[in-house]
Amino acid sequence: MFNTPIIDYNLLAPILIVLGGALLGVLVEAFIGKTYRARIQITIAMITVVIAFAWVIKIHKALSPVAAVASVSIDGMGLVLQGTVLALAFVALMFIAQDNHFAPVAAALPGSEEEAEATVSGTQMTEVYPLVLFAISGMMLFPIAHDLITLFVGLEVLSLPLYIITGLARRRRILSQEAALKYFLLGAYSSAFFVFGGAFLYGYSGSLSLATIRQTTITPGSNHIFLFIGMIFVTVGLLFKVGAVPFHAWTPDVYQGAPTAITGFMAACTKVAAFGALLRIYFVGFSGVANDWKPILTTIAIITMVGGSIAAIAQKDVKRTLAYSSITHAGFLLVGIVALNRAGLTAMLFYLVAYGFATLGAFGVVTLVQDSSGEVSDLNRWAGLAKKSPWVATAFSLFLLSFGGIPLTAGFIAKFSIFTAAYASGNIGIVVVGVISSAIALFFYLRVVLTLFFKEPTAESATVAVPSLMMKIGIGIAFAITLVLGVYPNLLFNLVQSLSNLLV
Amino acid sequence: MDISNYLYLSVILFTIGALGVLIRRNAIVIFMCIELMLNASNLALVTFSRINGNLDGQVASFFTMVVAACEVVVGLAIIVTIYRSRRSASVDDASLLKN
Repeated sequence: MFNTPIIDYNLLAPILIVLGGALLGVLVEAFIGKTYRARIQITIAMITVVIAFAWVIKIHKALSPVAAVASVSIDGMGLVLQGTVLALAFVALMFIAQDNHFAPVAAALPGSEEEAEATVSGTQMTEVYPLVLFAISGMMLFPIAHDLITLFVGLEVLSLPLYIITGLARRRRILSQEAALKYFLLGAYSSAFFVFGGAFLYGYSGSLSLATIRQTTITPGSNHIFLFIGMIFVTVGLLFKVGAVPFHAWTPDVYQGAPTAITGFMAACTKVAAFGALLRIYFVGFSGVANDWKPILTTIAIITMVGGSIAAIAQKDVKRTLAYSSITHAGFLLVGIVALNRAGLTAMLFYLVAYGFATLGAFGVVTLVQDSSGEVSDLNRWAGLAKKSPWVATAFSLFLLSFGGIPLTAGFIAKFSIFTAAYASGNIGIVVVGVISSAIALFFYLRVVLTLFFKEPTAESATVAVPSLMMKIGIGIAFAITLVLGVYPNLLFNLVQSLSNLLV
Repeated sequence: MDISNYLYLSVILFTIGALGVLIRRNAIVIFMCIELMLNASNLALVTFSRINGNLDGQVASFFTMVVAACEVVVGLAIIVTIYRSRRSASVDDASLLKN
C-alpha cells in the first residue's frame, strides 16, 4: 500500500526557483550568442537569487517539519540560513560578474592555440553562473535536510559544481586545475565517509530520519556500537566540508588556486550551509547522546582554533592567510555546537552572517589588488596600499578587524555571543582556549593592517584596479553590514533570536 | 549464511578503498578506490535493509548510485583536464600549490 506523498511546494519554492534559474542558465549558455550571453546570465542569476530571497521572507511564518514527507524541515533556523546563503550569494555574484576572472574556454588547453584564438575573438564562456546557481540550491537544501539521504544529496549538489568552478581561473590555469583535482578527490573521499556513516546510523535505528535516530538513542537497549561508528564517520564527512583541523589540508590550496571571486563565495556560503547541517545533525539527531560526542567535538574545536591561528602567522600569501583564518573561524563556530543550547544556536546564526559578509568583502578586495599580470596575493607587495587607495585599505582592514573580533565590528558581537553561550553551558575550558586563540589570530590580522598603513610602498608594490560599479556596491554592502552589525547588533540579533528554533 | 558476514565484507571493502586512496598515487586509481568505498556503503545499506526488515536502505543505495554516477562525470572531467595539461595523472606531479 502506498500513500500519496504530501509535498508543500510553497515551502520548497525558494530551492525550486534557484534550480529553475540554473536550468534556464544552461539553456541560455547553449542558445544565445556571445554578444549578449554574459549580460543575460548575470541578470538571470541575480533576479533568481532576489526572488528566492523574497520567497524565503514570505514563508517565514509558515513553518512545517513535514514539507516534503519529513525529508526536509522548514523551521526558523533553516530559513535564516537559506536567507543568509542567498544574501551572501547575491554579493558574491557581483564579484563573479567581473569579466576577467574566468578562463575564456575552460576546455581549451592552457597556452594552446585554441585558447589564444578564444581570447583574441573575445569569446567568453559563462557556464559559471548556472553552476553557481546549482551550488546555491544545494546550499539551501543542506541546512534544512532532515534525513540522511537528503543530506547526502544536498551535500553533493553543493559540492559538484564547486569542484568544477574551482578549475576555471583565467590566469595560472594549471594551478587552478590542480586545486580542482585536490578539492574533488578529498571532497569525494569525505562524502564516501559520510555515506558509510549514514549506512551504520540506518543499521542502528532502522530509519534514515534524524528524528527517528534521536528517538532510538534515548530508547534503552539498542546497539550503540553502530551508533558510534555512524556518528564518527558522518562527523568526519561534515568536518571536512567546514575545514576543521585535522581535515583542513585542502582549504589553503583550494582557496589559493580557485578564482578569487569563487573563493569568496565558497568560503562564505559553503560554511553557512555546512554548519547548518552540522547544527541540525547534532542538535536533533545526536542530542540524546551529547555526553558521548561533546569531548570529541570540544577537542576538535580547540585544535582547530589554535592550529588555524598559529598556521596563519607564517603565511606570506593573502589568500592562504584568509584560508587559515577561515579554518580558525570554523573552530569558533564549533564552540557554538558544543554549547548545545538555544543561545549557542542564535550566536552561530549571527556569527555566520558576520563572518560571511566580512569574508566576501575581504576576497572582493583581493580581486582588486593587481599588477600588470593579474592579481597580486603576495603580502609583501601589499605594503603601503593605504597611500595609493585609502578606501580599499580601510575596507580590508575593517574586514580583518571583524575577523579578529575588535569591538564596534560585527565579529566582536559574534564572538562575544558564542563564548557567552559556551560559558552558560558550563564549558569554561573551551572559552579560555577560544579567547587565547582569538588573541593569537588578532596578532596576524594587525600585522596585515600595519603592512597596509605604515609600510612605505616599494617599486614592487601592487596597485588597485579601478573597481567597477558592481564591485563598489558589493564591497560597500559587505563593509556596511560589518560596521552596522557591530554598532547596532540588535537589528539582526533579535531577528535570529526569534527564529532560532528547530522543528523535529 | 549469517547475514552479518555481508557487513564484515562491506567494512573490509571500505577499508581497502580508504587505504587505497591514501597509498596510491594515480588520480584514476584513487578515484576508483573512492568508488569502492561508495559501493561498500551500498552493500552495508542493503544488508542493514535486510536486517531491519524495511526498504529505506535499498532506496538510499539507489541515491548513492546516482550520486556516484554524477561524481564520475565531474571527476573524470577534472582528471582528464589535468592529464591533458600536464600529460600525467599522478597526484604527486600536481604540487604547484605548496602544502
